[in-house]
Amino acid sequence: MQKFNLTVNGAPREVEAGKNNALLYVLRNELGMKGVRYGCGIGECGACSVILDGERIFSCDTPIWAAEGKSIVTIEGMAEGDRLHPLQEAFLREQAAQCGYCINGIMVTAKALLDKTPEATDEQILEALDRNLCRCGAHVRIIRAIRSAAEAMRSEART
Amino acid sequence: MTKSPRLPRVYSLASKSDLPYTLAGNPRLDTWIQFLPGDRVEIRSGKVELGQGIATAIAQIAADELDLDLSRIAMLPTDTSVSPDEGSTTGSRSIQEGGMAMRQACARIRAIFLASASRQMGVDIVSLSVEDGVIRSASSNETLSYWELAASVDLTVSAEDVTATPKQIAALTRVGQSVPRTDLTPKLSHGGFIQDIDLPGMLHGRVVRPPSFRATLLSIDSAAVAASPGIRAVVHNGNFIGVVAEREEQAIVAMQALRESCQWSEIDDLPDMADLKHFLRHADADVEVLRGDEGPSRAAEHSVEAAYSRPFIAHASLAPSCALAWWREDRLDIWSHSQAIFALRDEIADVLEMQHDKVTLRHAPGAGCYGHNGSDDAALDAALLAEAVKGSPVRLQWMRDDEFGWEPFGPAMLVEIKGGVQASGDVAVWDQHIWGNRHIARPGRLESPALLAAWHMDKGYAEPAAVDMPLSMGGGGQRNAVPYYDFTGVSVVNHALNEMPLRTSALRALGAHLNIFAIESFMDELATAAGLDPVEFRLRQLQDQRSRAVIEAVADMSGWGTPPAGEGRGKGIAFARYKNVSTFAAVVAEVEVAETVKVLKVHAAVDCGRLINPDGALNQCEGGIVQAVSWTLKEQVTFDRRTITSRGWDTYPILRFSEVPEVEVKLIDRPDEEPLGVGEGMTGPTSAAIGNAIFNAMGLRVRDLPFTSENITRAME
Ligand code: FES
Ligand code: FES
Repeated sequence: MQKFNLTVNGAPREVEAGKNNALLYVLRNELGMKGVRYGCGIGECGACSVILDGERIFSCDTPIWAAEGKSIVTIEGMAEGDRLHPLQEAFLREQAAQCGYCINGIMVTAKALLDKTPEATDEQILEALDRNLCRCGAHVRIIRAIRSAAEAMRSEART
Repeated sequence: MTKSPRLPRVYSLASKSDLPYTLAGNPRLDTWIQFLPGDRVEIRSGKVELGQGIATAIAQIAADELDLDLSRIAMLPTDTSVSPDEGSTTGSRSIQEGGMAMRQACARIRAIFLASASRQMGVDIVSLSVEDGVIRSASSNETLSYWELAASVDLTVSAEDVTATPKQIAALTRVGQSVPRTDLTPKLSHGGFIQDIDLPGMLHGRVVRPPSFRATLLSIDSAAVAASPGIRAVVHNGNFIGVVAEREEQAIVAMQALRESCQWSEIDDLPDMADLKHFLRHADADVEVLRGDEGPSRAAEHSVEAAYSRPFIAHASLAPSCALAWWREDRLDIWSHSQAIFALRDEIADVLEMQHDKVTLRHAPGAGCYGHNGSDDAALDAALLAEAVKGSPVRLQWMRDDEFGWEPFGPAMLVEIKGGVQASGDVAVWDQHIWGNRHIARPGRLESPALLAAWHMDKGYAEPAAVDMPLSMGGGGQRNAVPYYDFTGVSVVNHALNEMPLRTSALRALGAHLNIFAIESFMDELATAAGLDPVEFRLRQLQDQRSRAVIEAVADMSGWGTPPAGEGRGKGIAFARYKNVSTFAAVVAEVEVAETVKVLKVHAAVDCGRLINPDGALNQCEGGIVQAVSWTLKEQVTFDRRTITSRGWDTYPILRFSEVPEVEVKLIDRPDEEPLGVGEGMTGPTSAAIGNAIFNAMGLRVRDLPFTSENITRAME
């Protein structure tokens, strides 16, 4: 066990963990970020997606040492106070989920994309999501929600 | 002979009344509803939220009958210590059963309140109206709320002893509206799933499953693991092995180390995956005639003969199964995402030799399950691990490969049809045989516990064979085996296998998936043989108006008359009435065939009776279609002669975002008809429409699912 320092959703955090422990379990169990989800643990489903220094990564196959000193955004960091992130608002508006288990990883992935590429095309959206799985078949609505959120984020940026 | 299943308790209650049977089984009205301080109402349903939006739909029904704002309603997750026992949440029956029981219960509760208000105000009951829980007298303008009256009304009475008529459909204001799901906001911002529950002092568990179904443990060396930091217990009971640790990572590392230390004896007893059809056709089976029309045979102008198959299919829930268990003195609390909360409680108590009421089971939502996955098994696993650390709650989660390797699969199936059409275009002969394992192996339905760990424990319960329900109760392999069309001269024979080398149980739609795929592919083959358009050909054999309406609607919305533009493209149609008594669905798929098959577009027209939550129903249809596209194009459980080899998403690929078709669903609202479930009715028609579209695109009939390049190439040979 050793100590690690990371910034999670803007706040500095110190955690104790084994050097090779997956970031996923540290976020969920030590820091209470339960919205980061375990789906496969082997980088195949995207449920555990978080943003590390601006890049979407899979927290299940990222060891904690690789996050030392870095900044992490999880689903819990997307809302601002009481105001949900435009992506969350759009997903609720479109009811873009069935069970919802895959959705947080998908919204985080979409945020990483839209932060960098606000004008993302459908093709770019599909490409960004290609390593995220949804078993319930909510894809059609998910894509609709991301398009609608992108639009909302762009018009917010203009004002 | 069909093996007779043990019927769920609620089914066996012979009710004298006309009450929906889950209300007849739980007649005390306060079992269904509690009035809480703060002008709130707690609704207790025995149907569980599986991501299908049922909690919201039931809340809508209750809100309408009670004249309450939806925001006052809290849905209590099903809890064996207080909730009504409504059997399992399966077969798209939740609205028909749980929803209608709730409707009748609420109508009675409203009547009780109105009677009490009329007494207290001294006014005639007909002068009373209710708005958001406040009863007002039109004559005196006096008001009394449900909560003000709650202390003076007796809701412990039986529903049998109160008469009340639910509202007219036209008077419903919430039912029929697209109300947003109540459970989504927490799930989409932080926690909300069973996996996210955090109990004080919670420990983490993992299990070490045997390497193959019938492996037996020769030796294990657990000393090093037991002495590792953070390890609280190593559990070893026969072939059941598990570990409890303070941190989740420690439990995973310990599980891996224990696995390494085990020696097993294994046998090679799985069928040859490359020739599943041979296994299905030749395994020992019980034979049952499902339909055998008498009468002279009619001469057919064109005859066709074909066989259709599907492999074993995994539920492949996105989240591996999870459960929490907590022993306190002689009581055991369990949290599970089971679909059969009460039956699971009983079975776990039986395995642990406890009184049923010493075990409390609470539902907490898991990821979508689409049938019977590992949820029930995980609950017993958690109970066994927690028994070793009494006083501390234990959270047990399966790893991805546990789920893929040990969940019960949807059975492989084979359907063979010989048929013929007359020169007039009417079907003259239809002779069909189906083969496959039975489909239901849930807790509460079988002669011995349906729980994995129970078979692995020293006590060694036998693994029970799966069963099928009688067709009148939904069937299993026989579901939708009999064509819904008007023609006669039909013979359908079921061969239900008695060997079950792979663990099988309920997967969305049960046998209806392959039966409909086969029937609807064969209808296309007959249409081609007779030189008739597939839509015309189907309409010709169907007088029923609701059936015709969905076919006509989908033909219209998909532009059936216009062939798709582009190289390698084709369109196909399929129709079914799910279970032959439930939802009507017609689907048109458009595909593009190159090296692989791509589904470009799916149109569907669906009639599921009266709509409770139209957007919720649409969402279910879309999901059912996309999942069926995935089954059809990609999915098969793989195995060698010893064990399951599809243990991750790389070996069990499902549809990806880039492969998802456009989907457009039209719901035909039938306000005067019973509401019907939609979750399962899309699977068969979607698979068949894709197969028929491939035929339309390239003149090639692919009869074995999935439509991988391998199976397509084989079909060319
Ligand atoms: S849990 Fe990390 S990719 Fe699946
Ligand atoms: S909504 Fe259930 S896995 Fe995507």
